[in-house]
Amino acid sequence: MYAIEVNNLTKSYGEVRALDGVSFAVRRGELFGLIGPDGAGKSTLFRLLTTLLRPDGGEAKVDGLDIVKDYLAIRSRVGYMPGRFSLYPDLSVEENLSFFAALFGVKAEESYDLIEPIYKQIEPFRTRRAGKLSGGMKQKLALSCALIHRPSVLFLDEPTTGVDAVSRSEFWDMLAGLKQRGITILVSTPYMDEASRCDRIALCNEGRILGIDTPADIVSNFNSRLYGISSERTFALLEAARAQRGVVECYPFGECHHLVVDEQFDVAQFTASLSDFNDLVIKQVEPTIEDMFIKLMKR
Amino acid sequence: MSEVVISVRELTKRFGDFTAVDSISFDVHRGEIFGFLGANGAGKTTAMRMLCGLSFPTSGSGTVAGYDVMHQGEEIKRHIGYMSQRFSLYNDLTVWENINLFAGIYGLSKSETKERAAELLERLNFASERNTIVGSLPLGWKQKLSFAIATIHRPEVVFLDEPTGGVDPMTRRQFWELIYEAAEGGTTIFVTTHYMDEAEYCSRVSIMVDGQVRALDTPAKLKQQFAAQSMDEVFRTLARGAKRAE
Repeated sequence: MYAIEVNNLTKSYGEVRALDGVSFAVRRGELFGLIGPDGAGKSTLFRLLTTLLRPDGGEAKVDGLDIVKDYLAIRSRVGYMPGRFSLYPDLSVEENLSFFAALFGVKAEESYDLIEPIYKQIEPFRTRRAGKLSGGMKQKLALSCALIHRPSVLFLDEPTTGVDAVSRSEFWDMLAGLKQRGITILVSTPYMDEASRCDRIALCNEGRILGIDTPADIVSNFNSRLYGISSERTFALLEAARAQRGVVECYPFGECHHLVVDEQFDVAQFTASLSDFNDLVIKQVEPTIEDMFIKLMKR
Repeated sequence: MSEVVISVRELTKRFGDFTAVDSISFDVHRGEIFGFLGANGAGKTTAMRMLCGLSFPTSGSGTVAGYDVMHQGEEIKRHIGYMSQRFSLYNDLTVWENINLFAGIYGLSKSETKERAAELLERLNFASERNTIVGSLPLGWKQKLSFAIATIHRPEVVFLDEPTGGVDPMTRRQFWELIYEAAEGGTTIFVTTHYMDEAEYCSRVSIMVDGQVRALDTPAKLKQQFAAQSMDEVFRTLARGAKRAE
């Protein structure tokens, strides 16, 4: 049985179609990622699945329960961490935790074993007001509060946005720990490099899903030759490369530009026609999730 | 060496007994893309506020676009550009209204505004969108417009504070092409980001840890220095050593 089943879900705000017929299913105990930029419909999807909004069309089940008919039952079974910090800034760390425990009719102590790996990192500051915590600590408190009633499904809407690379990596370690405990996790992120931390991912853009698979299989479907090219004259190289035969696409990609080519492309010919870039380096590289995302976006 | 646009020496900011920025020194040259990296809480925002004339240093010295960071905050504000993902344009105003508003804030005269707005709209191929509400523009267009407006007063240096957060990979790359173009035209770019691949696009990168600049060089030399494959690895090595809880 699936923990989350989404079938042709649509939602519009006035004329804006935020979700345009989205379907996918998440297995029990799976860590499933929604990867996509702002405007992809990720937050709308979270609000629908946590029963805060009603869909215009389609249907969805969470933990076997219908998001429209069984909305009340769903609310006690899911944990939700919204994208924006939504705790009470004037309550202390421990007051926030007891407050959320009381809302769900549980005692904070009873869930301590579940939240301990996360909560113990902020416990030294338990009397501090939540509004005075740093970004990383707020995030840990929000996750603790979302877990206080031992939900079976956890919804995390962009928990790592605006967080530095090291803290982001630590947050993913915490999620791996929760997955070990059997909790199903649906998590969204705009950072493509986090995709590899998920069991499966859905690439989302403008209200649609571009592709669903394991991170490795998404990449293995890239099906085009890809080169990395570099030169001191970064910007000039970009424009020059685009004009060459067999070049489908050329875009900046970290230390080199990525060059997507078709069967007409010839390395020797390419190098020869760019001979005024005397420091030109070209080598074949492996595609990443981001290359695949760009390819699917263009389709 | 080319002209220095930003120069700071032992720049320090204390809040009570907390030293947010601890004696940082560096120079940024004309036309450079200078990446300013650091973990959350490392002191980046505080340092950037001082460089933008929004906050005065406790000690140390520095100049931005030729103005003294200790005494000439107002002049600095007028001679730099600033753009961030969180705040850039007013969504409820039209393209022209946004241009007019920011040109006014930056102190351009009516005739200068008219002339530069026309030039800007032409360059971006935006003339037909002059009366379009900004909120209805696609994200990529908004970003282009936002960058063009942040540089409408032809500042020597433009500060970009996480300009590409939450943006799709294609738009993010188009934005970096704008940055390259501006830098090649002689505009100095000072940029913060959490995307480590973007650090690779910079001419030089500085990494702050616990209020101090712990590393500063070209991405290639930093990778060499830290025996790392990527800037991500360099960043992690440095940030993991941080003592200060964010």
